Amino acid sequence: MEGKEKFKAQVRSIYRLLTTLMVLFVITAFGVIYLLSDPTLSLFKGKQAPSEYVEVTAEDDFDKIENGIHLRTGLKEGEGLMAVVNNCTNCHSALLVMQNRMNEERWIATIRWMQETQNLWDLGKNEEIIVKYLVTNYPPKNKGRREILTDIQWYELED
Amino acid sequence: MSTFSLSEDISLGDPARFRARKLPTYGQMSNGKETGKGNISNFKALVEIAYAPMNRRHFIKNTALGTLTAAVGTEIVFGKMIPNGYSLLALQDPDPFTLFRKDREMVILNDKPWNIEAKAHLLDDKITPNKFMFIRNNGLIPEEVDVASWTLTIDGEAVRKPKIYTLSELKSKFKTYTYQLTLECGGNGRSEFDPPAKGNQWTVGAVSCAEWTGVRLRDVLEDAGFTEKAVYIGYHAADVHLSRDPKKETISRGAPMAKALQDETLLAFKMNGEDIPLAHGYPLRLVAGGWPASVSGKWIQRISIRDRVHDGSKMTGDSYRMPCNPVAPGEKVKDEDMCIIESMPVKSLITYPQSGAMIKEGRKLNIRGHAWAGELEVSKMEYSIDFGSTWQNCSLQKPVNRLAWQHFSADISFPKKGYYEVWGRATDSNGKSQPMLLPGWNPKGYLNNACHRIAIKVT
Repeated sequence: MEGKEKFKAQVRSIYRLLTTLMVLFVITAFGVIYLLSDPTLSLFKGKQAPSEYVEVTAEDDFDKIENGIHLRTGLKEGEGLMAVVNNCTNCHSALLVMQNRMNEERWIATIRWMQETQNLWDLGKNEEIIVKYLVTNYPPKNKGRREILTDIQWYELED
Repeated sequence: MSTFSLSEDISLGDPARFRARKLPTYGQMSNGKETGKGNISNFKALVEIAYAPMNRRHFIKNTALGTLTAAVGTEIVFGKMIPNGYSLLALQDPDPFTLFRKDREMVILNDKPWNIEAKAHLLDDKITPNKFMFIRNNGLIPEEVDVASWTLTIDGEAVRKPKIYTLSELKSKFKTYTYQLTLECGGNGRSEFDPPAKGNQWTVGAVSCAEWTGVRLRDVLEDAGFTEKAVYIGYHAADVHLSRDPKKETISRGAPMAKALQDETLLAFKMNGEDIPLAHGYPLRLVAGGWPASVSGKWIQRISIRDRVHDGSKMTGDSYRMPCNPVAPGEKVKDEDMCIIESMPVKSLITYPQSGAMIKEGRKLNIRGHAWAGELEVSKMEYSIDFGSTWQNCSLQKPVNRLAWQHFSADISFPKKGYYEVWGRATDSNGKSQPMLLPGWNPKGYLNNACHRIAIKVT
């Protein structure tokens, strides 16, 4: 019996210790999260006069779009852009996406190939969004059996 | 240390660094027009992203000085004094042209994995220097190359006894040979196919003819010994899969024994008289001229002598395979109806002058370039200034050695002022010529050997 009591006491003390640690952890975590979201501790500084300048957060800048181009990847702005950025530029560059122009059927075949051989994950509902973005923004061009020469940069050829 | 140790100097975790920089709109790069004058700071940003996962600090720490020398491309004076963990400035430069020592007119098709091509006029040299040599990668360039511990293993179902060679053993035990060998990417010219074919959209510049030095693969295979069951060799290399899955092989291709045993098939350790640049396969590369350049595996660690057609990564499916029988453009082809590409077809490039030359009326135009024909020799080279109505002969040199490209030249007179296109057409020793139109469509857009042409104005 004595041993059982002793054991119970030990369990209680461990329980107390764990609870204290947990409470400390929650407080610290809350503090850290708060600091991350408000590093200047502005909440404790009272109200400030509204500034003329709008603060641009780093997160916004990371996926900044300028003139219809997602700057980080070079992809065109459009419905489904972020699904493409998040699913299609982890392993390879967006350059590989943009230089390929395929129809829906061939994009899906390409996705299957990447899933079978290149460790691409199941895209779920995003697959339709991604394929729609690709065929809308990077549609195939008809080139025929041989294109004319374009973008010739003319120069005087000296002897 | 995580694979992201590079973030000490180039941090992905700090989005603020993107704030000041305007990143490039990449569309400009892949069409090959603007790249020469590309904004360097844009490229730096671009490369920082592309290179972020590369464990460069780790790479520096763990490599012998020889690797650094190869990567930097010159002797590192006082190299022994480099403190542990210090990144050489040359390697900190994230500009791909500096990093790979490429000419700034080279065109970046893809930065992850790195794929860079030349333009026709950049390939004017008889022997292609590194700065104009295309880079084709299926995966990530190896992060750690330790020459001292690098070994080549010969194994496989048909080897007599598996054998391991160090680099110095290879160099001392076997006689070395030097050949000029034409390496062309199977997908060179892919950008012209309609409907478009999947992959890097190469135009004309995924071809080179450098001088390779190494030992004959045959000598090494015979030293290890193989049985009559031997059918094919397959290589295994040190590059890293794009998904970074260590269980996946990026590319593991090969060739039938007959190709493996040719005099010119080398296990090379020098290119143009120097250590092979890292991006081109340092410290050991298989070089099989005249076949799709993917047969010439880079960063070779193992060669298996197989009792069957090698079935490694990129040997199956649509990769480096053509429909066995011709198909209509866009047609679906069953897996069993695809055949592995062997010799590349006859082809040529006009490397001088650059397209767009304007000359005065009455002046002759000198053109020159190279022609090659896979396993075969080029027997005739012609040009046309009237869209193929008439053809005139160019003077054509014999190859320096088998599988080296051949040089041609011609002096052209134009009948009157106006716009012309000079088309070049090579014919191989079997009488096959380059088509003026695109050859047979195939799912991955391989083997476009249509005539090259340049625009000329007589004023």
